[in-house]
Amino acid sequence: MKTLCLIIVLAPLAGALVAGLLGRQIGRAGAHSVTIAGVLVSFALSLVVFWEFVSGQAVPVSIDVYQWLSLASLEFKVGFLIDPLTVIMMVVVTFVSLMVHIYTIGYMHDDPGYQRFFSYISLFTFSMLMLVMANNFLQLFFGWEAVGLVSYLLIGFWYTRESAIFANLKAFLVNRVGDLGFLLGIAAILSIFNSLDYQAVFSHAPDVSGQTIAIAGSMHWPAMTVICLLLFVGAMGKSAQVPLHVWLPDSMEGPTPISALIHAATMVTAGIFMVARMSPLFEFSDIALSVVLVIGALTAFFMGLVGIVQNDIKRVVAYSTLSQLGYMTVALGASAYSIAIFHLFTHAFFKALLFLAAGSVIVALHHEQDLRNMGGLRKHMPITYWTALIGALALVGFPGFSGFFSKDAIIEAVYHSHLPGAGFAYVLVLAGVFVTAFYSFRLLFLAFHGKSRLKPEVEGHVKESPAVITVPLIMLAIPSVLAGLLIGQFVFGDYFAESLFVADRHGAVAELQSHYHGLWSFVLHGLQGKAVWLALAGIFCAWWVYLRQPGLAEWGKQRLGVLHRVLLYKYGFDEFYQGVISAGTRRAGSVCDRFGDRLVIDGLVVNGFARMVNWCSLRVRNVQSGYLYHYAFTMILGLLILLGIRYL
Amino acid sequence: MLASLPILSVLIWLPIFGGLLVIPAGKVSVHAVRWLALFIALATFLASIALLGGFDAQQHAMQFREYVPWIRAFDVYYSLGVDGISIPLILLTTVITVLVVIAGWGIVPGRIAEYFASFLILEGLMIGVFCALDAILFYIFFEGMLIPMFLIIGIWGGPRRVYATVKFFLYTFFGSIFLLVALVYLYLQANTFEIAQLQQFHLSAREQYLIFLAFLIAFAVKIPMWPVHTWLPDAHVEAPTGGSVVLAAIMLKVGGYGFLRFSIPITSYASEQLAGVIIAVSLVAIVYIGLVALAQRDMKKLIAYSSIAHMGFVTLGFFVIFALFAKAGSSAELAMQGGMVQMISHGFISGAMFLCVGVLYDRMHSRQIADYGGVVNSMPVFAVFFVIFAMANVGLPGTSGFVGEFMVILASFNANVWYAFLAALTLVLGAAYTLWMIKRVVFGAPGNEQVAALTDLNRREFFCLLVLTLLVLWLGLWPAPLIEIMDASVVHLLHQAQLTNLR
Repeated sequence: MKTLCLIIVLAPLAGALVAGLLGRQIGRAGAHSVTIAGVLVSFALSLVVFWEFVSGQAVPVSIDVYQWLSLASLEFKVGFLIDPLTVIMMVVVTFVSLMVHIYTIGYMHDDPGYQRFFSYISLFTFSMLMLVMANNFLQLFFGWEAVGLVSYLLIGFWYTRESAIFANLKAFLVNRVGDLGFLLGIAAILSIFNSLDYQAVFSHAPDVSGQTIAIAGSMHWPAMTVICLLLFVGAMGKSAQVPLHVWLPDSMEGPTPISALIHAATMVTAGIFMVARMSPLFEFSDIALSVVLVIGALTAFFMGLVGIVQNDIKRVVAYSTLSQLGYMTVALGASAYSIAIFHLFTHAFFKALLFLAAGSVIVALHHEQDLRNMGGLRKHMPITYWTALIGALALVGFPGFSGFFSKDAIIEAVYHSHLPGAGFAYVLVLAGVFVTAFYSFRLLFLAFHGKSRLKPEVEGHVKESPAVITVPLIMLAIPSVLAGLLIGQFVFGDYFAESLFVADRHGAVAELQSHYHGLWSFVLHGLQGKAVWLALAGIFCAWWVYLRQPGLAEWGKQRLGVLHRVLLYKYGFDEFYQGVISAGTRRAGSVCDRFGDRLVIDGLVVNGFARMVNWCSLRVRNVQSGYLYHYAFTMILGLLILLGIRYL
Repeated sequence: MLASLPILSVLIWLPIFGGLLVIPAGKVSVHAVRWLALFIALATFLASIALLGGFDAQQHAMQFREYVPWIRAFDVYYSLGVDGISIPLILLTTVITVLVVIAGWGIVPGRIAEYFASFLILEGLMIGVFCALDAILFYIFFEGMLIPMFLIIGIWGGPRRVYATVKFFLYTFFGSIFLLVALVYLYLQANTFEIAQLQQFHLSAREQYLIFLAFLIAFAVKIPMWPVHTWLPDAHVEAPTGGSVVLAAIMLKVGGYGFLRFSIPITSYASEQLAGVIIAVSLVAIVYIGLVALAQRDMKKLIAYSSIAHMGFVTLGFFVIFALFAKAGSSAELAMQGGMVQMISHGFISGAMFLCVGVLYDRMHSRQIADYGGVVNSMPVFAVFFVIFAMANVGLPGTSGFVGEFMVILASFNANVWYAFLAALTLVLGAAYTLWMIKRVVFGAPGNEQVAALTDLNRREFFCLLVLTLLVLWLGLWPAPLIEIMDASVVHLLHQAQLTNLR
């Protein structure tokens, strides 16, 4: 098993190193062959391991690879935890990565940075695998930061673009704010458990639930709440939850394949994965779970709304990703970890599919991303259209498609949750379904239906993308339809029983399980729920507004001017961060520099001291004039004073 | 035969005499100077490897002892020895010197023999600092170090080098006067200059406070701590590349080493009592200096400020131990080891960063960030290295920069949540100033025609940066060997720190 894991992890790394260091020698074909081979090996072996778990032959194992450092009573190791949760993540990551590798051959065909790109995405695959396969917090943090690094490099892939290098710096810094919380969370764990090993920490979690951490003076908070809230700050950064979501839409500056791989299917779900992995901790803090629930619901609804007013095709999908990450987070808050992971699983396929379809459109239109300059593409790009339609139907949760199962389960779970904030969250996630359907089909109708609004220079040249692009679309479309059928195993079966822990008092999933009587009845039950009808209503409204009555959108924009502006400005987060936080920090820096360092320390103290010495010596120097009569006079004066003191 | 060789003396005097030998070689040819200097630096490096090979990491006692009476009237001995704390610093010194000699191969115009000689002599003196077990011997090396560095900045430095050298010299000299006074006082009380005996000597609380403060002034200036740090940015800006590298990579570490050899063991009671002050000042260094770094327009100044912020982790790690003795687990050890790892790692990273700036300066003769932009277009290989070191400076896991910060932050959380929070702010601030610089210098469209016409790394530069990259990654991916070397000595030192040594 150890060798197997090492091969799974190191194969993409080897590919990345070869393509990165020897890119010029092995050429383009060499670079994509070697990286695809690496990821293919990982994917195949991941499937093998996955199969062992599904068929029940394997049991969870924790394998130590080497000792990172050791002190008297403390050991930090690098190693793998292979359990059902890890394995499903491995399959998702390597499968989507493989599809994206293949797709990239077509998408980046003309790019001078071809080898570099393959090297980065393989490096990403390695980092992400390290993250999901970790058996300790140190390695988790390594993977966490490594994926952040690759994301930074890839957002800024076209490094001559000012907007790209602004976006990657922004992404890194916002993520670092999250990482600050995450690192402190790890520090809190070490402080309470004196170990960073998952097994040691999880097994002692029930014992320490009474401990507290001193926050200020005599204020003590429950240790578990502090740990979970800090860890969740990390998750908010990586999984782009409000208010740390601002980097994700800007990350669309990167090439589309990485938007699909990193900023939709895998890296951004690391936060979701992490919280699910930490379920043995989160279950001991209802406060933390409530916070998770509410933050997730806010993200799910309000970010979806922003998606409605975006005109850049990638940005619409990006806001959709934010919203869906919100759904996963809500599920975590409702203690429905298995459902969150299940939505992560289905979302990875249909969202990667939507991104790659958007990329296919973008390439066909010679890097046109504005929905206002599209329309009627259905006829020219049938494969892209049909696969995008499948992706959209899965996203909105159309009955039978994968998203239907996962999203419906989330909404049901929130309904059954009794935590503070659950009612509020339920309303938001339900309303979010309508919003999701509306923006998804707005995108679909604007891009593929209606009359062509193409720019004259591309009109007439539009044709379906080559096979390296369409085959990954089709490959992703299949699980986008079918993946939902696994709900019986993943959510209602005991597949995750050994990975995810749910306390008895958080009974949402147990409640759902007791109502579950097979797939068919789940579908029937779903059809009677509100969510499906809201989704259909959303689709209908989009159709009415954007196809039937095209003037209506403009009219709505006028009538709802304020709301429209609020959405266009994305609630002003960016303005606040850039205008207040970032500018304020820079101003503080220059005040410290000019006032603190240059004026006070250097100007007054250091150089002031030097000036004082200088001043004194100038005065004292007058004494040594070199004139004999000065000295003689001073001697006589001194003698007189001494005599005076003696005799008076 | 190797065992009978006084290897520490070899390590000290080989580069010093070698350096003196280089000067007459200048009469022969530039070629001879370079190769001779490289030969001496490599020989010293090999000797340090032999030292490492013969070192027994299991025990904390001083090894490779040399003990010869020197000035009998004052009981001064030529007393040398190393433990797990000095070994890594000696290796750091020998590695960096080799790289500095290679990096200085083609750049220095004129007085090239004296240039190399200064670095070699400096190397010997720095190794002397790390080996000396007699306080006066330590003091002589400690002060002697200033002279070659003074010359390096003063002769081969930039336009404001006179201001910078005088500031550098007076600042550090001011600090070391107090060290001398404290040592003399200790001699009068204890009748010995042997550091090991001073560490066991008992003093009154009042004496401890005063001596601690005297030590503090000396070492705080050296490391440097806020608010006695302002000599460093000026010295760095004016120093030639090699000077900056040695200054940042090794000389600053002498301050940290001083805390471990003198302050904590000799005045352990005062250290414990005043630890809060040092912690506060360290946290100020991390946050305030981080902000100051953000405002810099000169790359070297920015990296210099970044060095000060990183040294904040060293002093934080060293003094937070006093708050951790009462806690379970080995967080005190984690903190002190973290500080040590941070010193070594910073040696590699800051050295590499200054080399990178040197590479750019050699081509453009400017250190101003605004004069660059889009360097990656013309120097892609260089850009890879610069980004790697920037990431290490930011403390990305997998690089050495992560290890020390991680250990110190984790340990300080145990002492106080807010220590850890303020220290962890460096995650954001460090990333902000480092990567903002990278964005403005490396990325973007070519900033001007000069940048567009830059040539990429030559083989020599490539080699230096490659070596440092490998070291940074090795230490980041597998710090265990380094920790192992230091372990016994650090545990012993922690034990000493817990003895109050009060009379």
